[in-house]
Amino acid sequence: MSEQQIPTQLAEIRDDFLELQLRDRLQLLLEFANELPELPERYRDHPDLFERVEECQSPVFIFIEVEDDTVQMYATAPPEAPTTRGFASILAQGLSGLSTAEVLELTDDYPQSLGLAQAVSPLRLRGMTGMLARAKRQIRLKSAV
Amino acid sequence: MTIERDPAPQFAEFSHPERLVSADWLEERLGQPGLVVVESDEDVLLYETGHIRGAVKIDWHTDLNDPVTRDYIDGENFAKLMSRSGISRDTTVVIYGDKTNWWAAYALWVFTLFGHEDVRLLDGGRAKWEADGREYTLEAPTPTPTEYPIVERQDSVIRAFRDDVLAHLGDPLVDVRSPEEYSGERTTAPAYPEEGALRAGHIPSAQSVPWSKAVADDGTFRPLSELNEIYREGAGLKDGDQIVAYCRIGERSSHTWFVLNYLMGFENVRNYDGSWTEWGSLVAVPIVTGAEPGEVPSR
Repeated sequence: MSEQQIPTQLAEIRDDFLELQLRDRLQLLLEFANELPELPERYRDHPDLFERVEECQSPVFIFIEVEDDTVQMYATAPPEAPTTRGFASILAQGLSGLSTAEVLELTDDYPQSLGLAQAVSPLRLRGMTGMLARAKRQIRLKSAV
Repeated sequence: MTIERDPAPQFAEFSHPERLVSADWLEERLGQPGLVVVESDEDVLLYETGHIRGAVKIDWHTDLNDPVTRDYIDGENFAKLMSRSGISRDTTVVIYGDKTNWWAAYALWVFTLFGHEDVRLLDGGRAKWEADGREYTLEAPTPTPTEYPIVERQDSVIRAFRDDVLAHLGDPLVDVRSPEEYSGERTTAPAYPEEGALRAGHIPSAQSVPWSKAVADDGTFRPLSELNEIYREGAGLKDGDQIVAYCRIGERSSHTWFVLNYLMGFENVRNYDGSWTEWGSLVAVPIVTGAEPGEVPSR
C-alpha cells in the first residue's frame, strides 16, 4: 500500500513515534496509555457490546461504532496493562473520525510501521495487529447492515 | 553473599531461605551499596508507570532473549546488560515483577544460568508491594557502569533441551500449565493468545501442577507444609528425583523451578524452556491428551 493512502491522523502518530529514540518511544506509548479515554456513559454498563482481543495477553476489549459512515473506536484495558492500553489508545485516536473505507483500506501492517518492534518486541506488537484486525471486522459487520 | 539474608521467620523453613526477601527487608535497605533491585514484568511498560525506588528494568523479550536465535543472550551481552544495570559479579540482586513474579523468576533463572551467585526474589512481587501501600517512583536510576566479567552460560545443570527431555522420559516431569492446556483443549493459557504449537496435550507421564498452586492469595509463597502436600503427596515427587518442569515458553516453569529447587530442596531440577511451543510442534515425539498423565512409550 502506498504512502499517501495512510490517513493524516495515523501518519502523524507514526511520525511522532519515528522521530524519537527507542527509549522515548516507550514514553510516548505510555502517554497514549494514560490518554485512553474512559468509556462514554452509555457503554459503561454494556460489557456485552465489547469484543475481547484474544491476541493480547492482557484483558482488553474493543467496540466500534459506525454512524453516517464515520468510525468511533472505544476500548477498555486495566491500568496494570499499560502496553495494551497504549496500543488501544493509538488505534482509538487514529481510527476514530475516519470513514469506514479509510479504516478498511488501512494496511494491516500499520502497527509494524510505528518503530515499536524493537522497543516492545515483535511478539507483543502482535496484540496491536490483532486489535486492528478485529476493529476492521466489526466495521465490516456493522456497515454491511 | 554481600548483604545479610532476610531472617523473616516465614522463610526459615525453606531449604534456601537466602533466596527470598520480604518487602519490609527490602524497603529498609533500598539504596544500600552492594544491592541492586531489578524489575522484570510481562508488560514492558509497567516499570514506566512506577517502580520501587532505585530499581532497574530488565525485560525478558528485549534484554534476556537473543533477538535472532531462539535462545538467551550470550556471556558477552549478559556482561553488558549487567554493566549498564550497575550490577557487579558480587552484587546482591533482588528481582520482583508482575503476575506473581512469573517473569521475575524467569529472570532469576537466567541470572543463574550465568552463575550470578546472589540473586533473590521479593516475596509477593509487585502485587504485594502495592497491596501493602508501599511507595513507587517514576524516576529512573542512572547506574554507574560496572566491570562485569564475561561468563559463559552454563546450560547443563538447570536447563533441559528437547533431547534431554526425550532421554528423561520415565523420570518425573511437572507440567505447570493450566488444566486446559494439559488436557489438550488448548495450546495456550486461558485468555492468552494462541502462540504457535501445532499439537495440544502434554508430555507422557507429566504430572499436572499449575504453577499458581505454589502461591497464596496475596502472591507470597505458601508455607512448606502446603508445598509438600502439593508437590510430594500430590505429584509424587521424592527426594533424589531428577525433575524437569515445563510450561509454554519456560516462564511459568521457572517459577516452579524456583519453588522445587530453593524452597523445597530438590537438588536436580531443570527447566525445559523450549516447553510446549517446542514439544507441541516437534515431529514424532509422544504426546498424551486428556486429564491423565499417560504412559511413557516403550523405546
